[in-house]
Amino acid sequence: MSLIEIKKLSFAYGKDTVLENIDLEVRERDFLAIIGPNGGGKSTLLKLILGIISSKSDTIKIYNQKPMANLSDIGYVPQNTNINVNFPIKVIEVVMMGHIKGKKEREKSKNFFHRYFKIGYNEFEKSCALESLREVGMAEFADKKIGSLSGGQRQRVMIARALCAKTKILILDEPTASIDVSGQRQIYELLKFLNKSITIIVVSHDISVILGYANRVAHINKTLTFHDISNYQKEIKTDDKHFCEVEMLQMLGECKC
Amino acid sequence: MLELLSYEFIQNAIMAGVLVSFASGIIGSLIVVNRMVFLAGGIAHTSYGGIGLAVYFGFPIFLGASLFAVGASLLIAFITINQKDKIDTFIGLIWAVGMAIGIIFIDLSTGYNVDLMSYLFGSILAVSLNDITYISILLTIIIFIVTFFYRQILAVSYDSEYANLRGINAKFFYTLILVLSALTVVIAIKVVGLILVIALLTIPIYIAEKLSSSLAFMMFISGVLSSLFTLIGLWLSYQYDLTSGATIIMVSALALSLFLPINAMMKN
Repeated sequence: MSLIEIKKLSFAYGKDTVLENIDLEVRERDFLAIIGPNGGGKSTLLKLILGIISSKSDTIKIYNQKPMANLSDIGYVPQNTNINVNFPIKVIEVVMMGHIKGKKEREKSKNFFHRYFKIGYNEFEKSCALESLREVGMAEFADKKIGSLSGGQRQRVMIARALCAKTKILILDEPTASIDVSGQRQIYELLKFLNKSITIIVVSHDISVILGYANRVAHINKTLTFHDISNYQKEIKTDDKHFCEVEMLQMLGECKC
Repeated sequence: MLELLSYEFIQNAIMAGVLVSFASGIIGSLIVVNRMVFLAGGIAHTSYGGIGLAVYFGFPIFLGASLFAVGASLLIAFITINQKDKIDTFIGLIWAVGMAIGIIFIDLSTGYNVDLMSYLFGSILAVSLNDITYISILLTIIIFIVTFFYRQILAVSYDSEYANLRGINAKFFYTLILVLSALTVVIAIKVVGLILVIALLTIPIYIAEKLSSSLAFMMFISGVLSSLFTLIGLWLSYQYDLTSGATIIMVSALALSLFLPINAMMKN
């Protein structure tokens, strides 16, 4: 079943066409990597899927509905997670931001303030946030200040925040841009694990890393081309620390798309 | 000391000082974490235009300044949301024009010679019971709004793009924070004056930020510190016959200069 269906999508900022005739289908439990040069339209496509910006024509369908119609189905991990590092906020509070205010949960709540005055978070939301933190291996940091974590740990917290609303599709924008190599690998291992139950879309420059994990690779530079990499993946040993981009380009050159 | 406390104007000053400290502690925390200090500065100076208009047309000065400041904050919210790359230029512009309007209308007012200095540097010793009522009502409104919308305000302040994706109207809460800032700035003007209002909205808050691991706690600590600085400053200004607003700020600045090296040593 296709979760996201994009047909003949074009988008322009003013007169600058950024995306042209994009067709893209994302199926359940895909691990889709989106690669491409800077300014090629990767982030624009993500923003369109998320509904941060909208195109004139309804060419994007998520579960057969417009973007933003199913807020809780999509989890998003933004590119820059180093913003507001000194903000006085605990890890658990960051994760709880992932929740969408739901009426039902409030009515069920036993907490007096929460039920009648709609103040703060209820026990369901707290336990759900803790569960997401456990999933990414960060439960013990729940009461730590967000600024005291390392870049990689913070990235995990952001993934937990995206998972918090019982997400079915997880979208990450350059998730490893500011993390060291071993941290990057850990993040991708985590995504691989999460991929057992949810669909993952990653925008990334780390071509070498992504090849070991993604099942489909889309290249975007105004237009979109798919690379079927399954044949090459067998040849590449992902435990090799480095897979040179020259090899990568050679390989894609051989590709018939 | 006890004799000092028996004067009514001193009692009023203490009450006003503590109430304003908590209001500025709560709102100052929001201003600092949202990096709106310059915006708040713009609103503070612009509100002088409201003071001028109120004097000229003869309506209550608090009311005039409040309405004018709220108008300015709505304008600033509109500009910062729609013209992100020109924020500083527009703030500077609103800042200067607001003050100019104030000065011209006070020039035009006849008969009543307003003490400009008391608005620039505060007049906490001249606070009336009416002022205290107004400040109390405002503080109640601020606590009420921040408590009910804590979750949304926290999300928008920490990561407004993400908050938007979670169905929170980030623009609305951004505007709300600015409007509350405008109202707080107006009452803080009464205590420390509009020139020094920014110090009250930043120094205690800066210390509190270092000591807190949650926004709510930061607001509370800011309020406590701010009250402390205000009361010490008030006492010193009485003892040595100094301008109260400036003394309060100097006490805060001194506390900050002691706090920073101690905090740095504790971390190492």
